Amino acid sequence: MASVLSVTDLKTHFFTRAGVVKSVDGVSLHVNRGEVLGLVGESGSGKSVTGFSIMGLVDPPGRIVEGSIKLNGRELVGLPEHELRAIRGREIAMIFQDPMMTLNPVLRIDTQMIEAVQAHESVSREVARIRARDALGKVGIPSPEERLSAYPHQFSGGMRQRVAIAIALLNNPALIVCDEPTTALDVTIQSQILAEMQKLCAQTGTALIWVTHDLTVVAGLADRVAVMYAGRIVESGPVDLVLDAPIHPYTDGLLGSVPSRGKRGEPLRQIPGSAPSLARLPEGCAFRPRCEHETAACGEAPLQRIFPGERTARCYNPLTMLASA
Amino acid sequence: MSTSILTLNSVSKRFSKPLDAAAKMANMLGASNRAITVHAVDGVDLAISEGEVVGLVGESGCGKSTLGRVVAGIHPASEGSMTWKGQSVAGLDDAGRKAQTLAIQMIFQDPMSSLNPRMRVAEIVGEAPVVHGLVSKAEKDAYVDDVLAKVGLDPTYKQRYPHQFSGGQRARIGIARALAVRPEFLVCDESVAALDVSIQAQVLNLFMDLRRDLRLTYLFISHDLGVVQHISDRVVIMYLGRVVETARTEELFLRPNHPYTKALLANVPRLDARKKTFELIKGEIPSPINPPSGCHFHPRCPMAMERCKVERPALREVSSGQWSACHLNNG
Repeated sequence: MASVLSVTDLKTHFFTRAGVVKSVDGVSLHVNRGEVLGLVGESGSGKSVTGFSIMGLVDPPGRIVEGSIKLNGRELVGLPEHELRAIRGREIAMIFQDPMMTLNPVLRIDTQMIEAVQAHESVSREVARIRARDALGKVGIPSPEERLSAYPHQFSGGMRQRVAIAIALLNNPALIVCDEPTTALDVTIQSQILAEMQKLCAQTGTALIWVTHDLTVVAGLADRVAVMYAGRIVESGPVDLVLDAPIHPYTDGLLGSVPSRGKRGEPLRQIPGSAPSLARLPEGCAFRPRCEHETAACGEAPLQRIFPGERTARCYNPLTMLASA
Repeated sequence: MSTSILTLNSVSKRFSKPLDAAAKMANMLGASNRAITVHAVDGVDLAISEGEVVGLVGESGCGKSTLGRVVAGIHPASEGSMTWKGQSVAGLDDAGRKAQTLAIQMIFQDPMSSLNPRMRVAEIVGEAPVVHGLVSKAEKDAYVDDVLAKVGLDPTYKQRYPHQFSGGQRARIGIARALAVRPEFLVCDESVAALDVSIQAQVLNLFMDLRRDLRLTYLFISHDLGVVQHISDRVVIMYLGRVVETARTEELFLRPNHPYTKALLANVPRLDARKKTFELIKGEIPSPINPPSGCHFHPRCPMAMERCKVERPALREVSSGQWSACHLNNG
């Protein structure tokens, strides 16, 4: 199947006074039509910067220094800003963690939605308004006609996130990058949003990149998962394989850290230490200082290896002993 | 139930915003402004045994943090009474009151906003025990070292300021500060919610080690059912200021009784639930300023009956140790 998006060897670095921060350092990933890719990592792993890079939203002092981002075969890296603007919101959309930050607090919802439609298509206000109303209805907002003339603060947190999703859907994008969109929401509201997203993806064939720190959400939602650590994807593959038989010790440690059924009261299998600062990464494999399986070889950064079952991992000592293909 | 270290008897906490002068004037001219009252906690009964870990779960606005603060003595209860080791807290003399306040300590969610950024760790941890006469000034240094070691922090860092630590280390400082006055009971309010998964696991393990080593009792407040299931002996579920269900952890997760508990459990994402279809609880959490009549959950409940709209269900024991507040149980 042709990939909607394929990212190859992406490097996004931030040139700060304290040195070069390699937030994204050689990330390759792809998403197919109608597929949900979970991009998992802890704070500072570079998962959000990867999302921003795909959107072409990296601000100075950061920039994409290397690599390619292809959307339906078209190279996005190096495109002039006006061409990126035409793509953003039309072919790729993004949903952020905090909808209060992304919705303009002094404009009514209809103003913001009509603007988003008219930015990409020359249609009349009436047509755009109808599109906006239908989008609100699609994401499960009751009485969308009346709600169109409300301001963002008049919505609850969950409803606001639905509005943000509706705006993302307005132009039927091929891909939506979702950056922790349900993290700030309560459990019951989170599952309502997840249900809406599942339904919408199945209906429209929109591909999703779901950036999150929460492995349990990925388990319930994603088809494939990519685990990031210190700016690199350390492991990727189908959700079932990665979660049931992780290859990389970091993935294994993350899974062990999740409190879940059946081992109540027992100590969690924790990962020692904490994530390294991106400005001062250890030589070789970045996970080396926290890894139980460290060997002499780890002093040199491991390359991405391919494993059976469409999996990849960057590790010299894979946990699941499979012959590399 | 074994001897309770702490009991709450129909404790309520209301916050009101009285009318200001302008609103009163407007009322004289015929407007109908009324004082706003939030029933944050509405008649909660709870008994916690010595050495027990009680998980308090609920969504935003359900009053779980307020209840934690009432227990820790930060807010006085508007109604109801609290007993500590069999004695009414209201009836304690000054010395008893002080001992009780010291014995119950609280650990907050965000260590960055609960640690003084201009104090060094040695002061943050060492101030209270010196003030309360638990250690002398001369012993303070050694005592702080000891407490820091207990929570897994290197004592050589004690001359640093909070901003020089990572999130997980700051959480440990918050724990060290609470432990410094030798408490018997810890109220943990979302103490691991802001941490990354791998760091969260380390802190949860620390909580369990401390419980074993220091014989602590916990009221563990969290919105995260996975965390609560892992650490608690007993779980209390709150909805809009009221306890809707309480049971031993195994039973609650195996056989939830209250429709709200069932809905919560069905909606929690889990590692072993793959590509699941997320089910819906309809609607949103109502505002505690204007809660629904009768059972607070009835507008969202799939099983709601006429009776639920008018009558508040009482907590009833549905099986040994499991209590639920639902009209469905008295058939």
